[in-house]
Amino acid sequence: MSKLLLLFAHPAFEKSRVHARLIRHCRHLEGLTFHDLYEAYPDFDIDVKREQKLLLDHDIIIWQHPFYWYSGPALLKQWEDLVLEHGWAYGALGDKLTGKRIFNVISSGGSKEAYTETGRNRYTIRQLLAPFEQTAKLCGMEYLPPYVLHGTHRFSNADIEMHAVQYEQLLVALINDRITPDEWNKCTYLNEINPIPETVQS
Amino acid sequence: MDQNSFFFQAMVYLAAAVVMVPIAKRLGLGSVLGYLLAGVIIGPAALKFIGQEGQDILHFAEFGVVIMLFVIGLELEPELLWKMRKSIIGLGGLQVLVTAILFTALGIGFGLLWKQALAMGMILSLSSTAIVLQTLNEKGLMKTAAGQSSFSVLLFQDIAVIPMLALFPLLATSSPIATGDHASSTLVSGLPGWAQTLVVLGSVAAIILAGRFLIRPLFRIVAATRLREIFTAASLLLVVGIAVLMTQVGLSPALGTFLAGVVLADSEYKHELESDIDPFKGLLLGLFFIAVGASIDFNLIMQQPLLVLGLVALLMTVKAVVLFILGKVFKLAIGPNIIFAFALSQVGEFAFVLFSFSLQEGVLPKETVDLMVAVVAISMALTPLFLLINEKLIQPRIGTKESVEERGADEIEEKNPVIIAGFGHFGNTIGRFLRAHNVKMTILDNNPDRVDLLRRLGFKVYFGDATRYDLLHAAGAANARIIIITIEPADKRLELIETIKKHFPHLRMLVRSTNRFDAYDQMNAGMLHIYRETLDTSLRVGVDAMKFLGFRTYAAQRAARMFFKLDEANLKKLSSIRDRDQYIVEARAKMEELELTLKSDLQQITEMKDTGWDEETLIEEFNQPKS
Repeated sequence: MSKLLLLFAHPAFEKSRVHARLIRHCRHLEGLTFHDLYEAYPDFDIDVKREQKLLLDHDIIIWQHPFYWYSGPALLKQWEDLVLEHGWAYGALGDKLTGKRIFNVISSGGSKEAYTETGRNRYTIRQLLAPFEQTAKLCGMEYLPPYVLHGTHRFSNADIEMHAVQYEQLLVALINDRITPDEWNKCTYLNEINPIPETVQS
Repeated sequence: MDQNSFFFQAMVYLAAAVVMVPIAKRLGLGSVLGYLLAGVIIGPAALKFIGQEGQDILHFAEFGVVIMLFVIGLELEPELLWKMRKSIIGLGGLQVLVTAILFTALGIGFGLLWKQALAMGMILSLSSTAIVLQTLNEKGLMKTAAGQSSFSVLLFQDIAVIPMLALFPLLATSSPIATGDHASSTLVSGLPGWAQTLVVLGSVAAIILAGRFLIRPLFRIVAATRLREIFTAASLLLVVGIAVLMTQVGLSPALGTFLAGVVLADSEYKHELESDIDPFKGLLLGLFFIAVGASIDFNLIMQQPLLVLGLVALLMTVKAVVLFILGKVFKLAIGPNIIFAFALSQVGEFAFVLFSFSLQEGVLPKETVDLMVAVVAISMALTPLFLLINEKLIQPRIGTKESVEERGADEIEEKNPVIIAGFGHFGNTIGRFLRAHNVKMTILDNNPDRVDLLRRLGFKVYFGDATRYDLLHAAGAANARIIIITIEPADKRLELIETIKKHFPHLRMLVRSTNRFDAYDQMNAGMLHIYRETLDTSLRVGVDAMKFLGFRTYAAQRAARMFFKLDEANLKKLSSIRDRDQYIVEARAKMEELELTLKSDLQQITEMKDTGWDEETLIEEFNQPKS
């Protein structure tokens, strides 16, 4: 059993369709702690001690957020800046996060093809997520492939629901340690662990 | 003196001061010279409005010196006095000792008996507290090295007067003139030596203890009456009472009140006492200077001009040289040292007392005393003149600006950068917050109970009406950077704003306002930093209400912040378009205002969504068929 910490950062959650559905499916899972950063820190005054305690108490950390301007929303950056302290998370004495696992869960309006060398975004999602990946590495954490929702602008409610179920299953599998490192190392996206059958995709 | 002649006298003195002092100030001569000139003009030498009674007035006006020392004591906290001990005892002691020895030798050289010469030497070693401090203060030199050194010496001289008075009867060369004068008949004069000492020490202890434990609660009760004149009366009573006590036990009243001042220096009533007593000090000192001017005996000078002027020159040169050498020994830089030497080169007002005392005790003959009184008066009158010459001609050549050469240890404490006027529920939150971040502040409040409580909790709070110029000045408004105005009611705040605009234009004002209308008035008064007291709180309630209704906290907070900014902007806009007079007169103005506000809210709030996070337009574009 692994304990999951879902760090959720969305400044306009009230307007969100995709994340709202995803969160509704997983927030009450046993073994998962749902932590809504914008709700907890509307004034950006992050309680560093509390955040560090949460990190210590969990094995797998998830950064779930819309992929604004090839990155996360402002509060997530603030969280990184303040919580991942030198001497605690990184540096010669900073080993508190060593061995933990972490990955991004993001939604993006653009299609997967748009995130290629020849696409309009010119870089792949994995390349664009490099700052997150490197942050995790520097903190001694294992960075897993991201879970990515592409083309959300065209998602029907049925599409969203299918992905929400897929996401829920992924998290349950992680909680129950049913995914091996070999399996996730082979993936580009964690979506590939339990793919949605092509026949039901719209 | 009947009533008419009293009023006539008062009129003459006041008129002389009112005419001469502004002229002297205008000419850059300083107020002391103005008063002295006024005295000369109305005195026997010119208009002859005052004659022999000038001497009585001189003695009465000496009380101004007593009050001045009380005020100086108030400015001097005990730790500071302790820090100055070296210069008081070292510099002051050596000055009195060396000068007295030199003048004694000179006196013997002039053919005086050694006892007479010794008396003369002691008298001439003293300088004039009144003239020196008033002049230095006016020139803003009190906190500089020269000012502090001068003060140290003057303080020692005040202490030295006590043993001198005790010594004089022993120096009698002829039998004392029996006058039954007050100076020789104190309560303790009949007691044996040890008992006198005991009484003296006892009364000093009494002043210190009373200052610590008795006077403050008493002032609190007096302050609670909120009658300003009773507080003034109590302040005067304190000074007069101490003066009487000191005289009764044979100590210098000035020393006693100085001590009381020091004891009260860290009390909450410091500023209030200072500003209440100050006008009396100023008037009495002015009277004193006038009396000195009037007592210059020009007849005597005319009879023996060379002798008188020669004595003045000799006297002042000897004193100045001794002071200059001592200043050098005590490491004063050349610029401050010249000021120091010039400032203290005269003989002080205490000489008048000691001369008349020595006359009674039969120490000195009348002719000598008359001559010396004239010499002393002239030396006093010359001091401000010398300091002026020094300032205009000598200092510029030396090139050391005294004001920048302040000395570390003896400096008067820097005033706080923040003043909080009003420490009620609004002000005290600000004060607590600032104190938590080590921001140094001076607090003014007019609720005696609160002042007392807060002081016990370790705040630096002073009692008084913050709208008064003198209290602001005493609280260091000239040096502070920010004043936070939270006093009530609103028109009191406007009054304070006007006072600050007039006298302390450099101070940045942060002003509490009760509501929009109050804010408008403050805007009209030119305020830039206005804080409506209920705005932020009301919006916080609004945020929580939205939260409980299911809005996201972050969204609600952003909405509130935007509303806040919009409202502030609208306030400025409406302030510029509203017709002030009409609004004040009309009772329905408030409703109109509300209507205007509500309408513009609706208009503008619809225009301020966070479209950056909105995906609608993006989705629209995305789903358009590519052409």
